Amino acid sequence: MTRTALIIKLSPWLFTIALLVVWEASCRIFKIPTFFLPPPTAIAQAFVDYSGPLTRNSWITLETTLIGFALAVGFGMLLGLLVGWSRTIYAGLYPLMIGFNAIPKVALVPILVLWFGIGFVPAVLTAFLISFFPIVVNVATGLATIEPELEDVLKALGASKLDIMRKVGIPRTLPYFFGSLKVAITLAFVGSVISESVASNNGIGNLMLQAQAQFQVPLIFAGLVVLAIEGIAMYAAMAILERRMTGWAQRSGFAQT
Amino acid sequence: MSAFVSLDNVSHAYGGEVGGTLAIEGLSLAIDEGEFVAVVGPSGCGKSTLMKLATGLQFPFKGEVQVAGEKVTKPVKIAGMAFQAPTLLPWRTTLENLLLPLEIVQPHRREIRWRRGEYAARAKNLLTSVGLRDQGDKYPWELSGGMQQRTSLCRALIHEPQLLMLDEPFGALDAFTREELWCVIRDLHAARKITVILVTHDLREAVFLADRVFVMSSRPGRIVAERRIDLPRPRDLEVTFTQGFQDIVHELRSHIVKARQ
Repeated sequence: MTRTALIIKLSPWLFTIALLVVWEASCRIFKIPTFFLPPPTAIAQAFVDYSGPLTRNSWITLETTLIGFALAVGFGMLLGLLVGWSRTIYAGLYPLMIGFNAIPKVALVPILVLWFGIGFVPAVLTAFLISFFPIVVNVATGLATIEPELEDVLKALGASKLDIMRKVGIPRTLPYFFGSLKVAITLAFVGSVISESVASNNGIGNLMLQAQAQFQVPLIFAGLVVLAIEGIAMYAAMAILERRMTGWAQRSGFAQT
Repeated sequence: MSAFVSLDNVSHAYGGEVGGTLAIEGLSLAIDEGEFVAVVGPSGCGKSTLMKLATGLQFPFKGEVQVAGEKVTKPVKIAGMAFQAPTLLPWRTTLENLLLPLEIVQPHRREIRWRRGEYAARAKNLLTSVGLRDQGDKYPWELSGGMQQRTSLCRALIHEPQLLMLDEPFGALDAFTREELWCVIRDLHAARKITVILVTHDLREAVFLADRVFVMSSRPGRIVAERRIDLPRPRDLEVTFTQGFQDIVHELRSHIVKARQ
């Protein structure tokens, strides 16, 4: 490995460490009070002091997010196929979906609480509602961009619409689908944490709200770090899944350079 | 003997009979079995419409289309098609791309599950016959443009259709590759006695390959001229440089010029 390649490989770590050092130093030099902006060491201390609640709540948030995300994947895939299948369904549903997507999902939480009470269910549903839209749009786009010539080749052989869907439509849609999962999982975290902060007794969102009420600012930041770690881990998982399932679609060096 | 493909006084419009755009009007055409026919004309003259009518992808509002003695009322299934874009599936290898039609069309569709090896061998033979031996395991994007177009041709032929429809199949290739593929098509036609309809705007291509060339008018398309090409077969590429060949090309060109006006 050349020097440059090594530096590029290490640079994410170097930049992170540099950020932490600057942060710590600024807090000390400018004597920023801990309740305003805690230094990284104080946040690390909070991790140690509150490892129990942090672990328990991070699992709850992760579980909530993943269940909501799984619902979004199932529902989004189905709806996307439906919308891509027929122009009538597309024309009928598209304005509705746009309208629904325009609603800030945090505004739905009170209604969900009204229906299901506070806690787990509204958080799962918020994660689901906020994350299914990109999946629908991407699956439908994949279907809508089948080459008409290829459709002709197959139709001339007597292929039914279902045949074309199975042999061409669905495989073709997969890169769009897996691409959308990276966006959707990130949004699912937004949904679950919003709902946890507004209407739950569990989860990282709730933990942060309580920490704020008790003025435990380092713990709030520890909550943020946990969310960042979970978000990055899930994003990476989706990126790996994408590469494994649809390697054929990623032959271009464009995105890598 | 009645014609293998016949269009009798056919008119077709897009966007409804009344107020729609008339693509072809009063077009009549008869093609014998095993004949190689080229259709040339100015762009937008409804050549591609002709293809869709003859394969049963669309139906005329006036006149009748017959293929193999039957009126066309649904996709004909005995046709193979290839277009300017190779439209191969990037997630399938070249060989798997060839097997796609067999997974659709009966009776192969029923049998391919049990006799996949047999069908794969057939696909390999076909690839060899167009000079793509040992390329079957590569993905389409690992092949050159000319090789992809050969694969596309093979895909059109794998189910042994009686009718081959080619819509400007060499339009996107460089001149040398194009001439190479002319010879591939020429040999396939000679070996299989298949009926070929080639839509093109390359007059040299039409004259080199076809038994008969039809010239279409600009939209709405009609047949304005028909020229039998008597050059003896098998034809060598050298024939394209002879005076007789040039004269035919020249003659057809004057028809096109008239058709454009």
